[in-house]
Amino acid sequence: MKVTSVNELEAIRSEILAGKDLDKPCIAVCGGPGCLANQCLEVRDAFVNEIAAKGLTDKVDVRTTGCHGFCECGPIALIYPQEIFYQGLSIDDIPEIIEETIINNKTVDRLLYTDDKAGQLVETEGEVPFYKKQMRLILGNNSKIDPHSIEDYIAIGGYSALAKVLGGMQPMDVVDEIKNSGIRGRGGGGFPTGRKWESTRNAQGDIKYVICNADEGDPGAFMDRSILEGNPHSVLEGMIIGAYAIGSNEGYVYVRNEYPLALKNINLAIKQAREAGLLGDNILGSGFNFDLKVNRGGGAFVCGESTALMASLEGKPGEPRAKYIHTSDKGLWDRPSSLNNVETWANIPLIINNGADWYSAIGTESSKGTKVFSLVGKINNTGLVEVPMGMTLREIIFDIGGGIPDGKAFKAVQTGGPSGGCIPESLIDLPVDYDRLTEVGSMMGSGGMIVMDEDTCMVDVARYFINFLMEESCGKCVPCREGLLRMGEILTDITEGRGRMEDLDLIQDLSEVLKDASLCGLGQTAPNPVMSTLKYFRDEYEAHIKDHKCPAGVCTELITYNIDAGNCTGCGLCLKKCPAEAITGETKQPHVLDTGKCIKCGICYDVCKFDAVRKE
Amino acid sequence: MTANESKLDSIIDEYNAEPGSLISILQDIQAKYNYLPEESLEYVAQRLDISRVQVFGVATFFKAFSLKPKGKQQIHVCMGTACHVRGSKKVLEELERKLEIKAGDTTADGEYTLETVNCVGACALGPVVVENEEYHGEMTPIKVESLLNSK
Ligand SMILES: Cc1cc2nc3c(=O)[nH]c(=O)nc-3n(C[C@H](O)[C@H](O)[C@H](O)COP(=O)(O)O)c2cc1C
Ligand code: SF4
Ligand code: SF4
Ligand code: FES
Ligand code: FES
Repeated sequence: MKVTSVNELEAIRSEILAGKDLDKPCIAVCGGPGCLANQCLEVRDAFVNEIAAKGLTDKVDVRTTGCHGFCECGPIALIYPQEIFYQGLSIDDIPEIIEETIINNKTVDRLLYTDDKAGQLVETEGEVPFYKKQMRLILGNNSKIDPHSIEDYIAIGGYSALAKVLGGMQPMDVVDEIKNSGIRGRGGGGFPTGRKWESTRNAQGDIKYVICNADEGDPGAFMDRSILEGNPHSVLEGMIIGAYAIGSNEGYVYVRNEYPLALKNINLAIKQAREAGLLGDNILGSGFNFDLKVNRGGGAFVCGESTALMASLEGKPGEPRAKYIHTSDKGLWDRPSSLNNVETWANIPLIINNGADWYSAIGTESSKGTKVFSLVGKINNTGLVEVPMGMTLREIIFDIGGGIPDGKAFKAVQTGGPSGGCIPESLIDLPVDYDRLTEVGSMMGSGGMIVMDEDTCMVDVARYFINFLMEESCGKCVPCREGLLRMGEILTDITEGRGRMEDLDLIQDLSEVLKDASLCGLGQTAPNPVMSTLKYFRDEYEAHIKDHKCPAGVCTELITYNIDAGNCTGCGLCLKKCPAEAITGETKQPHVLDTGKCIKCGICYDVCKFDAVRKE
Repeated sequence: MTANESKLDSIIDEYNAEPGSLISILQDIQAKYNYLPEESLEYVAQRLDISRVQVFGVATFFKAFSLKPKGKQQIHVCMGTACHVRGSKKVLEELERKLEIKAGDTTADGEYTLETVNCVGACALGPVVVENEEYHGEMTPIKVESLLNSK
C-alpha cells in the first residue's frame, strides 16, 4: 500500500472498510502485559485452533490487541460485533465460547463479569462498572485494532488528522490549534504543549528534532507502554503532525529497554508508515519530509528527564544539565528540540480531528482532555483507566476501581510516582487535575495511582521512594546525592526502631535544601513523598519513633510473629514451610514459635489457614 | 566466551557505526553474550571512533549493562511501587534465601542470576517476577519454591 496524496488516503480507507464485513464475528484477545502473564497467548491460540477445527476460519476473525485496561480480569476477550466481555479465560473455556456464542449466539454466563453491587451479570464491555464512568478517547481504540496492522488503524480513521494537516493547514495553524486546545504535557510537569512547539518552531536553526519520551521510568505506571504496544500508529501520527508544525524533518522515539513488545510494535509501525508513504520523503505528496529513529534506553530513571534523555540519545551517560537554555533552543546536538511524552503525542490526532474547542470542553479550567491513570496497589479493579480531568479521587478509586479488597480500610493514594506524594483519605473528594494535585503536595506525574490500605506503612513508603531516588540519582549534584543518602539513612533508622524525634526536623530541613538546590527535577521533587507523608501521617512516624511500633505491621524490625495456641489446630503447615526452623510442635497439638530463631519472613502468617499466626 | 569481532561488526554496522546509537549497540552485544565482555567495549570504542572513557562510562552508568557474566536463568524481581506495597520485598528475600545469593549476584554454578528491577509495566499483577522473558504475577514467598522447581 502506498498513499501518494491526501485524497487517496480517504479512497484507501473506503476500500479497506468495503473489504471488511462489520457483522463478521471478531474475537479480540488482549495481549497486554497483564494478560500475557496470565497466558493469554495460549488462550488466543486455542481460539484459532478451535475455529479451524469447526471449519470457521473464514467466518471468524481473531485479533491480538494491546491492553484493554481491566488487567485484573485477564485474560480478557471481546467478541464483536456484540462487544461481549469475557474475562478470566482459560483454554478449556474456548470450545464452549465458540459453540455457544459464535455458533448459537448465546452468552456463556460463567465467563461474564458479575457486578457485585447490582448483583447481576453484565454482557457487554460498556456495562461493566469499571468502564462505565471512563472516557476512553486514547485507550478505547486498543481493543478495536491489531497493533501490527496499519490497515486496522486507517480503518478506524487513522492518519486522517495528518491528511487534514497536510491538506491545507499552515504549520502555525497547527501550533495554534494545539495551543487553543489547552493540552498540557502528560509526562509529568504539565507544560503547555502548544507553547513548547511554538518556541521550538521559533528557535533558530535549520535542523530541528521532535522526540518521543517513552522511557516511562515511573514505577507503578504503564500507560505509555500500553499505548505504544496497543496503538503505535497514534503516536507516530501525532509526531508527524508535530514535526510539520515545528518544522522538523527528523525525530526519535526513546523507548525503555524493559519494554520489548513496545519496541517491536513501534518499529513495525514505522516500517509500515514508511512503506505507505506516511513517513519519509514527500509525505502524502505534500512536499513535507520527516523520518524517525528508535533508540533504546538503558534503564536509568533519570534518563526520562529531558536533558538527560537527549544526552543519552547522543550516546553519553544520561546526566541532566541545567536548563537556563531551553531544549527548545538547544536540545539534542545543541539543536532546537521538542520532547513530548507518549500519551501527549497520542492526543494530537484527536485534537486535530475534533478541533481545539471540542478538546478544551473536556476537563477543568486549567487541565484539558482526559488522563490515563494506572490504578494499582490495594484496589479491587486494577488496570488502566482513562477519565476526563477533574474527576474526583473517590470516583476513580471507588466507582471505577471498586474500592479496597478484603474489606480493608482505604488509607491513602500515592500519585505522581517518586516526584509525587501520598494523599490521605480526608482529601478523597479532590478533583484530579495538575494544579489541585500540586496544591495538596503531590503531582500528576505520569499518572500512576498507587492505592494503599490500612496494611501499608507510610514511613516505609517514604523510605521506599527515597531509596529508589537515591539509587537513581545521577550523582552530579551534592544536595541530591548526599541529601538523599542521608534522608534514606534517617528513614531506615526510623523503620528499624532507631529513630529520634529530632530526625523529623532534620528531614524537613534536608527536604528544603533538596528542593532549592538540586539541578534537575529528580532532586527538586524528591522530598515530595517524605513531606506529604510527614504532613498527613505524622502519627505513624511518631509511633515508630516513640513506641517502636509499626501500626501497619510492615517494618520487619518492629514486629514479632506469634502463634495463638487457641486457634492453632496443629496442622503443621507453618512448621513445614518455615525456612528458619523456628516452629516446633506435635501434629494436632498447638505449635510454638521461637521468636529468637524467627527471621520474620512472614511465610507462616501467609500459609496458616486458621488465623493462628499473629503479627504484632 | 570472547567477543568475536565479526559478530560485533554485524551489530555495529546495523547502526551504521553511529556514536549516537552506542546504547542500542551495547544492548545488542549484551543480548548476545549475556554481558559486556571487556574486549567488546574496546572494539566498539575503536569502531565508533569515540573514547574508551565514553564507552565505559555509558556501560557502567546504566543498570541494564553488566560487565560480569550472567547466569543461564535470569530472575528479575520487580521492586516498583505497586509491587512494593503488595509485598515484593518478601518475595525477593525468599529468593535470596533459596538461591543463597544476594540480588545482583549469580549462583556459583552459573545457573541463576537474581536481580531487581523498578517496574516492568505489569503492575496490575504485582508482585511480579520475570524469569527470562516470562512474567509471573501475584507472587508470594510460598510460590517461589514452585517457580524454582519448574526448571
Ligand atoms: C527524573 C525525571 C524523570 C522523568 N521521567 C519521565 C518519563 O519517564 N517519561 C516522560 O514522558 N517524562 C518524564 N519526565 C518528564 C520529562 O522531563 C519531560 O518533562 C516530558 O517528557 C515532556 O513531555 P510532555 O511535555 O509531553 O509531558 C521526567 C522528568 C524527571 C525530572
Ligand atoms: S538533582 Fe540529582 S539526578 Fe538531577 S542532576 Fe542533580 S544529582 Fe543528578
Ligand atoms: S515468620 Fe518465617 S521464620 Fe518466622 S516463624 Fe514464621 S515462617 Fe518461620
Ligand atoms: S493487559 Fe489485558 S487488560 Fe490490561
Ligand atoms: S511496579 Fe512491579 S510491575 Fe510495575
